Amino acid sequence: MTAQADDELWSAIGDPSRRRVLDLVVSNGEVSASWLAGRVPFSRQAVSKHLVVLEQARLVSRRKQGREVLYRVEADRLDQATRAMAELAAQWDRRLGVIKRLAEAAHAENKKGNRRDA
Amino acid sequence: MPGLVIDREILIEAPVEVVWRTITEPDQMSQWFATRVDLVVEPAAHGYMQFGDQGGPVVVEVVDPPARFSFRWNHPRGEEPVAGNSMLVEFTLTPEGDERTRLRVVESGHELCAWPDAEKQRYADEHREGWAEYLDRLAGVLAER
Repeated sequence: MTAQADDELWSAIGDPSRRRVLDLVVSNGEVSASWLAGRVPFSRQAVSKHLVVLEQARLVSRRKQGREVLYRVEADRLDQATRAMAELAAQWDRRLGVIKRLAEAAHAENKKGNRRDA
Repeated sequence: MPGLVIDREILIEAPVEVVWRTITEPDQMSQWFATRVDLVVEPAAHGYMQFGDQGGPVVVEVVDPPARFSFRWNHPRGEEPVAGNSMLVEFTLTPEGDERTRLRVVESGHELCAWPDAEKQRYADEHREGWAEYLDRLAGVLAER
């Protein structure tokens, strides 16, 4: 139920282009918007928009260095997202595991019943 | 803009009809999902699920036995769950021979649900890596740096 509370975070990582931007920030430490724009197949303006969304979701932060603005990943926030995601996936795996157990038990029971009827 | 997507599957050694009953009959659902399930499995039916001391309404979307079953949940109290304010849980059952079923569950955040099927497919194709894998990989890169 925690997933919904973090909508901003999920929609921030949900967009493929934005994931690409985040990927580059994570792999390269501190980078500027124009550096990023040289490495993606979309415009400098699009990069800036993606950075705003990532910043709002607190996945990246920025600081000024001289005339440049540098972006870097917020490791704690990324870690939080990873753990929340893994927990939701694990929750469904547990549910699917119970469904498997119930269905297989019911199937075994049906087969026994059929043998008795025969 | 898409929201959260979780996509899991499991192989079950039972015919598709048995798996269908397990995921749709309220007394079975109360064993794998909620602690108490009040629900008639019919399209657009409103029900209620209790999880320990918490609970919330659910609304059934698709009932297509024995292949597809979906419902919405996790919407704000007092509101009708529609695309835009809720999570959609979609089960797909695929028979593999007479006695084996592949069961897939996709839980998606709201924006994605309102998309046309072709858009959804394109999005899914672009996300073969999966959300969990993507985040794991980023975390790995971060740890090595």
